[in-house]
Amino acid sequence: MEPILDVKSMTMDFGGLRALDRLDLDVRKGEIAALIGPNGAGKTTFFNCITGLYSPTQGDILITRPGRDPERINGLKPNHVTEKGLARTFQNIRLFQNMTVLENVMIGRHCRTRTGVAGAMLRLKSARDEEQTVVDHSYHILERIGLSRFVNELAKNLPYGAQRRLEIARAMATDPFLLLLDEPAAGMNPQETRALDDLIKKIRDEEGISILLIEHDMKLVMSLSDRIFVMDYGRKIAQGSPDEIKNDPKVIKAYLGEDPDA
Amino acid sequence: MITFAEIKRSVLVSLWFMFLTFPIMVVRVNPIEEVIEWRWRNLIIIGVGSFAISFVWRYMMERKEAGLKRKEAGGEKPPLVKRIMDRPRLSRSIVGLVVAFVCVFPFLFSTYQVTIMSTALIYVMLGLGLNIVIGLAGLLDLGYVAFYAVGAYSYALLNFHFGVGFWIALPLGGLLGALFGILLGFPVLRLRGDYLAIVTLGFGEIIRLILENWNDFSFGPSGIAGISRPGFFGIDMSLNTATTYVYFVLIGLVILTVFFVNRLQNSRIGRAWIALREDEIACQAMGIDKTRTKLTAFALGATWAGMAGVVFAAKTTFINPASFTFLESAIILSIVVLGGMGSIPGVILGALVLILLPEYLRAFSDYRMILFGGILVLMMVFRPQGLISGVRRVYQFKGNGEKAPNGGSGS
Repeated sequence: MEPILDVKSMTMDFGGLRALDRLDLDVRKGEIAALIGPNGAGKTTFFNCITGLYSPTQGDILITRPGRDPERINGLKPNHVTEKGLARTFQNIRLFQNMTVLENVMIGRHCRTRTGVAGAMLRLKSARDEEQTVVDHSYHILERIGLSRFVNELAKNLPYGAQRRLEIARAMATDPFLLLLDEPAAGMNPQETRALDDLIKKIRDEEGISILLIEHDMKLVMSLSDRIFVMDYGRKIAQGSPDEIKNDPKVIKAYLGEDPDA
Repeated sequence: MITFAEIKRSVLVSLWFMFLTFPIMVVRVNPIEEVIEWRWRNLIIIGVGSFAISFVWRYMMERKEAGLKRKEAGGEKPPLVKRIMDRPRLSRSIVGLVVAFVCVFPFLFSTYQVTIMSTALIYVMLGLGLNIVIGLAGLLDLGYVAFYAVGAYSYALLNFHFGVGFWIALPLGGLLGALFGILLGFPVLRLRGDYLAIVTLGFGEIIRLILENWNDFSFGPSGIAGISRPGFFGIDMSLNTATTYVYFVLIGLVILTVFFVNRLQNSRIGRAWIALREDEIACQAMGIDKTRTKLTAFALGATWAGMAGVVFAAKTTFINPASFTFLESAIILSIVVLGGMGSIPGVILGALVLILLPEYLRAFSDYRMILFGGILVLMMVFRPQGLISGVRRVYQFKGNGEKAPNGGSGS
């Protein structure tokens, strides 16, 4: 299976601190991959490098859009990365608090629409049509994510779980082929987590979007993932199926520390 | 009930104020007779006054706290504008009344009244323009008056050297404003918050100082006089008619501004501005080009300042750099903040209040600045969202709101 995201030997230095050390990782079409590791392992830094918020010191990030040749996206601006079809959510929710739920999703359509200043001021027919399509499409996404009853609510007034889901809805509005979820279940109660489990599977199965997620909830990770990558101190220490990872001594060591009697 | 503790606190407050104001309100040195006058009466007035005001203040604070609690409990009343807009008959009759008043205004009141109303309308334009930059895109611009100056001087100079008329200069002024907006925008793309404020402040001063010192170009502090008023198919107008005419030109421009800004803020571009204001990183991660969005905000905001400048030059027929000091920027900023950031009716009301009030309070002109500061402080304490806060657009969908909650999984 061809990888749609192929990260080769990526290194990220902050001054003298090596946050990522020659990291290799790939996501295949139609799979749910998980990136786990103790706090401070460099997982979010990895996401920031891929999505263009940071520019990696070394290494290659290659993506293969459906029906296209692989292309290198190192050092592209975040908005261009999103345009190419990589969308992300944030660990600490970063919604547009004072915009309505619908508008948040509509922002996701920004890079797929073209209306300019003149079109907006004169409300040309093309602009009106485009606006209507954006509204309809965004509402449709909200319906599928199960947030349609909040449409005109301000994002900041949403319950916590719904805010997390709205972040996913907003990312999906950019028409990604790969969705990067940064701790989507953080702070959720068990019920919300179960619903999230269903949602992520549904996104993969029905929308055909591949998913790479960072998560600390092991039950969720094991239930969702086809493959798991484990990081510690900026290095990849293991990769494999959930069962392989569960029994990997290096992973156990990274999470629990060394057994003094061994 | 007034408790003993409250009285004690108010006594302390009044003592503190008496101490603070002692040097300026009580002691007066009379250099001619070489004596010191002790004005103890002032001290008593301040003591009693601050004692009384501290009770009012406490009452207001309690009301504010109660309001916040009500808001948290979900019993929040929708904003005034929304309540009015929800009742189409009421909103239509309000609009009708305003239109009627605006139309007959110059024929009912004196030329003086029309002139100050025109000034207020210029500030409405400026406020709405700055509202794009600050209210929508969240870029704190303290040098906004520079674009106003660019507009005014472009008309004044074009008119002086080449006899260019008002109607040709108007779009040119807007265009030059936009150009300068982009010129300022480029170096400050990476800046945010305080840093942006400092640089824009500097930019405003640079433009003013250039106009003040480059005598060959701008005639320095003596300014440019004899600028043509707006023409109307070459008809000669008396001063009265000309004033009325400028008033109607401004009404037209304000309507045009409201029309365009309203369309912009509910468009793809406007949403991008608001997203940029809310969260710059998330905004980029959602595929919005930060550079372009910021530059359009600066350029469009400056366009209206440029046009307002052209009208200002045409209205007063004389301009010099003294009209474009930092104080002007501060006033326009206050209009936006006081009115309500991101709210068109708020900014209009803010401009009318801040420009007309001092005119009608001429009697207090000595205390204008202290009143100005006082009002702003009180506003920030009791109504930080401004006179009329912005309302987000509500979209209607078939079946929306009727669906039963389905556990959130959306299956």
